[in-house]
Amino acid sequence: MSESTAAGRWSDRMLGANGWLVYLFLYVPIFVLIVFSFNDNQRVAVWTEFSFRWYGEMLQNDAVLRALRNTLIVAAVATAASTVLGTMAALAMERYRFRGQRGADGLLYLPIIIPDVTMAVMMLLFFAQAINIASHVVRLNFGLGTISLAHIAFNIAYVAVVVRARLAQMEPQLEEAAADLYASRWQTFRRVTLPLIMPGVAGGALLALTLSLDDVVVTSFVSGPGSTTLPVYVFGLVRRGVTPLINAVSVVMLVASIVLVGVSLGLQRRSGKGSILIE
Amino acid sequence: MVSETATAELEARAERAESRRGVLVGAPPFAYLILFFALPLVIVVVYSFASRSSTGATILGEWNLDSWLRVFSPQVAEIAWRSFWLATTTTFFCLVFGYPFAYWIATRSPRARALLLVLVMIPFWSNFLVRTYAIRFLMGVEGPVSVISQALGGEPVRVLFTNTAVLVGMIYGYIPFMILPLYAALERMDWGLVEAARDLYAGGWTAFRKITFPLSMPGVVAGSVLVFIPSLGAYVIPAILGGSNTVLLGDYIVSQFLAARNWPFGSALSTAVMIVMLAATIFYFRRGGRTL
Repeated sequence: MSESTAAGRWSDRMLGANGWLVYLFLYVPIFVLIVFSFNDNQRVAVWTEFSFRWYGEMLQNDAVLRALRNTLIVAAVATAASTVLGTMAALAMERYRFRGQRGADGLLYLPIIIPDVTMAVMMLLFFAQAINIASHVVRLNFGLGTISLAHIAFNIAYVAVVVRARLAQMEPQLEEAAADLYASRWQTFRRVTLPLIMPGVAGGALLALTLSLDDVVVTSFVSGPGSTTLPVYVFGLVRRGVTPLINAVSVVMLVASIVLVGVSLGLQRRSGKGSILIE
Repeated sequence: MVSETATAELEARAERAESRRGVLVGAPPFAYLILFFALPLVIVVVYSFASRSSTGATILGEWNLDSWLRVFSPQVAEIAWRSFWLATTTTFFCLVFGYPFAYWIATRSPRARALLLVLVMIPFWSNFLVRTYAIRFLMGVEGPVSVISQALGGEPVRVLFTNTAVLVGMIYGYIPFMILPLYAALERMDWGLVEAARDLYAGGWTAFRKITFPLSMPGVVAGSVLVFIPSLGAYVIPAILGGSNTVLLGDYIVSQFLAARNWPFGSALSTAVMIVMLAATIFYFRRGGRTL
């Protein structure tokens, strides 16, 4: 008996050690980056003194500011459009029966399954063809428009997954009750369904926003001159090396995503038991 | 009799109306996906059969299998093998560290569990590029790891631009994708079964091997697929942490479009990767996975 408890205690200690090790692994790189972003020295790894110098330079840097502006425009457009379209797709799949539904299901999962690189290639070839064909009538080019259209294309699927999970949890009796009380289809949706799935819709929107703010690969394939987004700009710089300016920009991007986590956790708490992961 | 057929008729009509409404609600999003997703997909497949002029322009019309023959060449096989091996190793390490980690969280008190889980969520949602950059910063020749090692009288550490660097970056990037489904499976599990096994004098290890692990299998499969798929097509991580002799499928495809300007070959490669991913996902669904 005492032998088994000793073994239990030992395995528990090992589990704890592994746990803290994984947390260290996850957090040390982030903390080191944050600390060194406040380093005054031009050479990134040589600590001289604490300063906001690189944050100041970031705010003076036109390329960074333009890229930031582009990122926010694309993210806003893509999030709004994909939230509406993704919610509609979720409703069609969960609340209606129609022909070709299985095919629609596949079409809705594919954008999640295929890798970034393939999605990027698809978008490049498609827009190259489309611009080429349209050139007989109107001069179009790669830019914020193509980036937004591409982001919407991959975001719809993610929003739909989150909203569908919420719809599946919901009791259909509530909608039936509204219909029994002579609510029209639209009234039922506005007054019953939408308020109930709102946490799912908000969660989907946040996921879309995060994906849009993070995307490097697809965006870099469909951006044109002057339409670089912040992640693409940073990616280009990172490939050439580490600089204190990138440290500062990175920390700002990191803080933005942590704020988004906070918001999404707050939403979950308000809606009671919610989806912890994206599903 | 008459009323029965009338009811059936009414029901059929209601069903048709329902189907029409469903189509109406679904039309905008699915029209969008057909135009901006399915059509591009078809274009890529079509391009993979096109030929390439000496200037790098793609010639549509002279269809052939050249690009597809190149997909099965030894050069591509080597890159594919390296990617496959790296994705498998990444999945293995994520599982080895992620499983005990998820088990540990799942067996804490509910309050501790919530906090520990939030600490996994933060990196999960954090900007991927920035997290990869943080690893590069840490590993660089001028980075803190190397500086500390030199201060202690050691050699300058040079991990960056090696396969090891890419592997560490991938584990770092994807381990939350492993932990979260594992945790979900372990948390849902009926722990009473483990207690029952212990009551029947099963040792801790036996109970784990015969009860806990089989019951958490859906989490293991889900986590592995969620790590393996993005690892196989990874581009950003190898581009930032890898070197010139660590070319993987992701960067190889990209280089066909940017540097080499061989769109048909790049399209064939993309299509091949997509088919492999689809096969992996179908396997996942067959094994009873439901969530993505």
